[in-house]
Amino acid sequence: MSQEMIRLTDVAKSFTLHNQDGATLPVFAGLSMSVAAGECVALAGPSGKGKSTLMRMLYGNYLCPAGSIEIRHKDGWTDVAGADPRSILNLRRWTLGYISQFLRVVPRVSALDVVAEPLVSRGLPPEEAQEKAAAILTRLNLPESLWHLAPATFSGGEQQRVNIARGFVAPFPVMLLDEPTASLDKTNREAVLDLIRDAKARGVALIGIFHDAETRNAVCDREFEIASYAVAA
Amino acid sequence: MSATQTLLSVTGLTKHYGAHLGCADVSFDLYPGEVVGIVGESGSGKTTLLNCLAGRLAPDEGRVQYTDRLGDSMDVHAMSESRRRFLMRTDWAFVHQNPRDGLRMAVSAGGNVGERLMAVGARHYGDIRSQAIDWLDKTEVDVGRVDDRPDTFSGGMQQRLQIARNLVTGPRLVFMDEPTGGLDVSVQARLLDLLRRLVAEMGLSAIIVTHDLAVARLLSHRLMVMRRGHVVEQGLTDQVLDDPQHAYTQLLVSSVLQP
Repeated sequence: MSQEMIRLTDVAKSFTLHNQDGATLPVFAGLSMSVAAGECVALAGPSGKGKSTLMRMLYGNYLCPAGSIEIRHKDGWTDVAGADPRSILNLRRWTLGYISQFLRVVPRVSALDVVAEPLVSRGLPPEEAQEKAAAILTRLNLPESLWHLAPATFSGGEQQRVNIARGFVAPFPVMLLDEPTASLDKTNREAVLDLIRDAKARGVALIGIFHDAETRNAVCDREFEIASYAVAA
Repeated sequence: MSATQTLLSVTGLTKHYGAHLGCADVSFDLYPGEVVGIVGESGSGKTTLLNCLAGRLAPDEGRVQYTDRLGDSMDVHAMSESRRRFLMRTDWAFVHQNPRDGLRMAVSAGGNVGERLMAVGARHYGDIRSQAIDWLDKTEVDVGRVDDRPDTFSGGMQQRLQIARNLVTGPRLVFMDEPTGGLDVSVQARLLDLLRRLVAEMGLSAIIVTHDLAVARLLSHRLMVMRRGHVVEQGLTDQVLDDPQHAYTQLLVSSVLQP
């Protein structure tokens, strides 16, 4: 069996809305799973059961109040649930890639620089990072005329490809994909599936949300049913 | 390993103004290359805390420990005034909300930048001028205006000039008090992009006070949320903004209008 890369143990999450009479929204509890190198696991379950919440917890974007979320990082494990901000940023720089559903655009930063940024933050010279960024944007069929423009005015599909390029430009050993092909046509969806297949072949462990069954069947090895861990409100 | 040594180590910092509380029992560590944002509403103690951290205001209790380039650790509030001023010219920089507080309005733009270089010992006029012009260019101030006085500049230009003046000597730690406050949004975007780039390129550490959560998200790695002098929540910036735990942070985040 391949090496374990992601290990969740007894994870629970609920939201407390202090300004709405302290209402508590339970999401899930007792959730445990693991993902091995080279494996792609699809989170399954109806809307509102916490698929995106779990992805965000894996990335350290949402707090994990109970249980542990361990990610193999360099020579050891980092528990996202208990890690300080510096450790999480370090994990995100070297180990953990995340492709969110929507690109967060920064005013005045070109598509090429948005994509190159994860490499620059690893210390790669900007020119080299931009070359790699250009290569992956080419692979995702983003017209060269757009590379030097800020993505704020791009179409949904173009922004999504910038987002995907940013996620795949650096070789992350663990990747989280939130609906990576949602706004793409068939040609571009195929290009993304190719990137996922390449990543799996390199031994990357992936967790994703794929609403489209065709996409899911094309790259996922198994499904993880999140609804089984749901907690009634 | 130098990366694991703190740049600033703050413990139990408390400041009262008579019966009124400025900030209470604030503790945190700042590491090289880290940018920390301090957010909260007006009067929450953000600027008081910043001034205590930068040694501009003496706290009633607590310590601010700074580790210099040589690895020597020093108590910011126990050092002599001349030593602190030296630090302020070399290792540290302070960007004020109002550029008038950080610039000399009667001195030319080039002079404002060059003055800081001279304060650390630069003497060659040609070198000073060319470095000043280089920094005006970096901060997108029209280099043709090098001999003009900043009081003839727009607010955005003055703020960029203040940043040039502060960064020209290659500081390690920059304190910023509402650096984009009072600027038009289009001017803000330009300044934010500039700050983001310079901080990353120079590997600067910074403590940024702002009431603008978007500014905090864009610039800072970590966030401290202040309310009535207390830090009510702190953590990774995107986590604090996207999954706030404290009632006050939840209120703050939910009060922002989405354009």
